[in-house]
Amino acid sequence: MRIKYLGEKIIEGFIYGSGWITTLVVVVIVVFLFREGSGLFNKKPLEEGYGIVINAENKVREITAQEIRQIFEKDITNWKELGGADEKIVVFSLSNIDKYFTEKDLGESFSLLPEKIKEFVQENKGVIAVFPEKYLATSLVHLEIAPISFWSFISGKDWYPTATPSPQLGVLAIILGTLWVSLGAMLFALPIGIGVAIYMAEIAEKRVRELLKPFIELLAGIPSVVFGFFGLVYIVPLLQNLFNLPVGETALAGSILLGIMALPTIITLSEDAIRSVPKELKEASFALGANHWQSIARVIVPYAKSGVISACILGIGRAIGETMAVLMVTGNAAVIPTSFLEPVRTITATIASELGEAQQGGIHYEALFLLGSILFIITFLINWIAELVTRKK
Amino acid sequence: MQNAKNIKQALAFTVFRILAGLVVGILLTVFLFIFLRGIGIISWEFLTAAPKEGMLKGGIVTAIIGTFLLIFYSALIAFPVGILSGIYMNEYLKDGKVKRFITIITNNLAGIPSVVFGLFGLSIFVNTLGWGVSVISGAFTLAIMILPIVIRTTEESLKQVEYNFRLASYAMGATKWQTIWKIVLPTAMPNIITGLILSVGRVAGETAPIIFTAVAYFLPTIDFSIDKPVMALPYHLYVLSTSGINLQASRDVAFGTALVLVSLIFILNLLANFLRKRLKVSSTK
Repeated sequence: MRIKYLGEKIIEGFIYGSGWITTLVVVVIVVFLFREGSGLFNKKPLEEGYGIVINAENKVREITAQEIRQIFEKDITNWKELGGADEKIVVFSLSNIDKYFTEKDLGESFSLLPEKIKEFVQENKGVIAVFPEKYLATSLVHLEIAPISFWSFISGKDWYPTATPSPQLGVLAIILGTLWVSLGAMLFALPIGIGVAIYMAEIAEKRVRELLKPFIELLAGIPSVVFGFFGLVYIVPLLQNLFNLPVGETALAGSILLGIMALPTIITLSEDAIRSVPKELKEASFALGANHWQSIARVIVPYAKSGVISACILGIGRAIGETMAVLMVTGNAAVIPTSFLEPVRTITATIASELGEAQQGGIHYEALFLLGSILFIITFLINWIAELVTRKK
Repeated sequence: MQNAKNIKQALAFTVFRILAGLVVGILLTVFLFIFLRGIGIISWEFLTAAPKEGMLKGGIVTAIIGTFLLIFYSALIAFPVGILSGIYMNEYLKDGKVKRFITIITNNLAGIPSVVFGLFGLSIFVNTLGWGVSVISGAFTLAIMILPIVIRTTEESLKQVEYNFRLASYAMGATKWQTIWKIVLPTAMPNIITGLILSVGRVAGETAPIIFTAVAYFLPTIDFSIDKPVMALPYHLYVLSTSGINLQASRDVAFGTALVLVSLIFILNLLANFLRKRLKVSSTK
């Protein structure tokens, strides 16, 4: 009897432990995501092991990653634009070194390179030299590059995480792309979803409803990669022909798929909310002479409002977090969206397509984890708001 | 007046009917589309042979096996913990702040996008614990993803077991655990199993959590070990439809793969529905 009692206590110990498993998991997820993601801050957005040197007379001491990119793209050509003296910028790096020195000048396995760089930098007032740190003499003046901040990450418009010499880590276009595609999805998923929910809860006969229910469940069960495949083979060419587009991979294609995929969430939860409206309200409305539709529109749905709204919010959450379908049909161009007929790129698609090639612990890798953390925060907030809306009732 | 409001009603109801028809239409389109073009590809060889010649020939057996390995191990991890957790929520925890807190956290876990689970799995299982890209890393990642589904299903099913059953059991001198084990769980089991089957469907279809934790692009040999990467149906479909060298030739194989995947989901859904119906019948007896 004693042993049995002990065994029971052990089992109950397991049960108590398991009860807290989700809490534990969420905490561990937060810790790991944010730990990897926050490694990005205060890192220099410069290729690993590289340094930038300038002429000693140059007054500029710090520039941003974006400015480096503009210099290399020849959008900025004068130090004046960066707050320095009126001096033309001379870019000097491994990619154009053959313009100034021959292979012979540099000696065997670049043994003379440090000396040549030093000479070149001291002679040219406007030089900006980007080389691996081991070739840069310590006596040279280093140009500091502004470290990555949360603000520069969020508000930056350029996403070229593998650009050299300075990776561009701005996710504004990606976040806006995510919201854009989800907005498009909701424009038609919300009316359709709520309409079907009303139909199933109020209008449909029991037989029809029992027939519809498994259909909706099945729709919810179809893997997103299958929707993506369907979109790629069917919707993308259709849109391309219909709107005469250069490419069919557009925000619209993503919105259509996301809308379809968010439908089951919206329908099921809204239907539950509408169904839980007390019968008395409906009967009272009928007694006052209202017909069925008037009762639905003025009594039943307004009463179920909070549940329906929370269903819609969760539907949006589903759309924002969806990965494979948008990855396959939206074209993945990281530009700020202006139209539904252009390619966009979402947070999820960026992570899924780039994480494989990002080096573990590198800037790109950490940037993707930070992006994942942002996605986590967005969906966490959405769930929380949905929770608040439901509880308000 | 009377007429106007009835016309309005007829109009509104027609719109709703059309919308419901639209949703069914969408589903049927997706199904027919995959079925009609995929059925010609399915053959015994397709289901039982390993992929050959840059995945354009042969079959998809390694992907099927990979998917089943992932299902098996993630179920092995998630089901016991999830069911115990559900028991804790419904049988041990009283209504109050703690219960509400855990419920909110569980809901939040359910709302986390699948790709975030992929990031997490990569960070903890693949890198920190050093398990590498393997079945076991993927299974743990997927298990965490379906954990909230298992917990909620268990909780809901237990809730439906009449309280009198428990009282009767206590009256016979049974302890709490004996009551749960011998009375409550068996009564709730069919319902729980229905939920578990649906969570298996989720595991079978997810791509984003396993891209970085479990799958390989191409594996020609059948292997059941848990410390190596596998092929999986959804990832295989993704690869075939986006990054093939010969998109037109790989499209056929992609349709076949999609059909196998959708059929798997379809069968799981049927099974769950069948169980649910049978349960309803037996409980009204």
